[in-house]
Amino acid sequence: MNHPVIELRNLSVRLGSREVLRDLSCSFSGTTIGLLGPNGAGKSTLINTLLGFWTPAAGSAHIFGSDVRTEAKKIRSLVGYMPENDAFIHNMSAVSFIRLMAELSGLPSEMALERAHESLFYVGLGEARYRKLGSYSLGMKQLAKLAQAIAHGPKLLILDEPTNGLDPPARQRMIRLVREMRDSGQMHILLCSHLLRDVEETCEEVVILKQGRVVHYSNLADERRSNRRFLELELEGTIDGFVDAARGLGCECAPGAFHRWKLVLADNVEVADIYRIAAERNIQLRRLNFRRDTLEDIFLKAMETGNGGL
Amino acid sequence: MAVYKRTYRGYSGAITPAWSRFLVLYRFSRRTLFRSKIQTVFFALCFFFPLLCLLGIYANAHLSALTFLGQRPGPFLDVNGRFFSVYLDFQAALAFLLTAFIGPGLVSPDLSNGALTLYLCRPLSRTEYVLGKMSVLFITLSWITWLPGLVLFFVQASISGSQWMWDNLWITGAIVLGSLIWITVLSLAALALSAWVRWRIVAGALLLGLFFLGAGFARAINAVLRTHHGYLIDLSQLVSIVWHDLFRDIGDPPLSVTEAWVALLTFAAFCLYLLMRKIRANEVVR
Repeated sequence: MNHPVIELRNLSVRLGSREVLRDLSCSFSGTTIGLLGPNGAGKSTLINTLLGFWTPAAGSAHIFGSDVRTEAKKIRSLVGYMPENDAFIHNMSAVSFIRLMAELSGLPSEMALERAHESLFYVGLGEARYRKLGSYSLGMKQLAKLAQAIAHGPKLLILDEPTNGLDPPARQRMIRLVREMRDSGQMHILLCSHLLRDVEETCEEVVILKQGRVVHYSNLADERRSNRRFLELELEGTIDGFVDAARGLGCECAPGAFHRWKLVLADNVEVADIYRIAAERNIQLRRLNFRRDTLEDIFLKAMETGNGGL
Repeated sequence: MAVYKRTYRGYSGAITPAWSRFLVLYRFSRRTLFRSKIQTVFFALCFFFPLLCLLGIYANAHLSALTFLGQRPGPFLDVNGRFFSVYLDFQAALAFLLTAFIGPGLVSPDLSNGALTLYLCRPLSRTEYVLGKMSVLFITLSWITWLPGLVLFFVQASISGSQWMWDNLWITGAIVLGSLIWITVLSLAALALSAWVRWRIVAGALLLGLFFLGAGFARAINAVLRTHHGYLIDLSQLVSIVWHDLFRDIGDPPLSVTEAWVALLTFAAFCLYLLMRKIRANEVVR
């Protein structure tokens, strides 16, 4: 039976007297899931709850069908976690530290050592693997945190702000690694970030939290696909015949100002068909834009309108 | 996968049994334990007194050797409960100093560097983490307390014969149980204090303070209030009372054995409470 990667059912979490997560219900099955939200939205609390650090006050959360409340150990053996904050033993070498973490995840000693070397080479710290972690730069520490999270070959990788404090080349490197792991098809990734670009570049599904509630869920792949079917045109010439022809293909057309038209392409119509009917009618296509409803637009819209309901 | 390929691959190989994971912590901590030369030398010196006792037991049984050295013939040692009680007193003091060296460095680096999150996001519970760290002290201190104590007992048994061994077999129980009580008290105190202050040096100082200042305050309370109940805060005195009972020492302890046990159990419970409060993957900011 195929279980969703993460499934939340009316999940509420209280820390002290404060209700941090409220009645969350959603289910994710994609390879990469982006978790977005402003500061204090409950992203880290949700991750901590999924890892079994906090107990749900109400409702339930499941990872690969296992309940975080009762099967935390089983879940943790399937999960790799890269925390946001510094988490090291400074006087340990990177390879020893990652070996220790892999052994704690259940790998036999020799295999843990082999995987520690592999994961450090994979993230690009191969040459620095015998150096003490305390001597690492911020970017190297981020990569070492990623290495310890993947050393035991998890089925779900949870990345909490993986590009925090990285310079542009280091950020690009991190994003490339996340994409590579995604494309390997061997793990699911939950990426928590406040950098929309990171999420946009790596994730298929996005959930936006605000004040402890899910305010928006979006399948970015579907959004991108639907955006490709929404065109803005600027035409020059006798356009009546063009509009009729486009409508004849099943497209929806709406006029705008200054010879501008908006078109929603029918399922069987491609942009090439629009070029063709324009050429047949000797109409100049001065501008053709796809709708660019970026993640930023989606996020801002969710922040403005989000009232906690889905 | 060879490292030169540098592509990600999952893992589907063998997995170690879940119950044995806490021993990983022991193995890794042990490696760092003897990096310090001072600690290594001190650990080696802890075997000096057991060796001396061994020599004493040997010499005691081989009087001809003593005659050769010009000593008066005849046994000069009574190897009995009292002998092993003195042995354990001495080794317990060394165990305390060794704990002050190594105990605070077990937990505080993990807490101060935020590494607990990484330990506990794996299939390792907080209890297993504490057990793993405690096992470092348990095993190290066992090497200098009850293990040499048992060796001494069985050397004496091999010299004196099986009758002596059966008559004094209770001493082995007293050595093992007395040592384990002391090791437990020391381990819990060291781990709880280092989890509380998160600073190795301060935790070490607090551990010394807990025992020495505790003993000082206990005497001050006893003197001012004309009571013996001040000893309830003197951990070494409490353990000593339990040992006297275990080694069947005749004497008049300042507190009853039950009172000593209750005080020790209360202390252990407080340490466990402190550990459970502090050993967390994340702290709640209320």
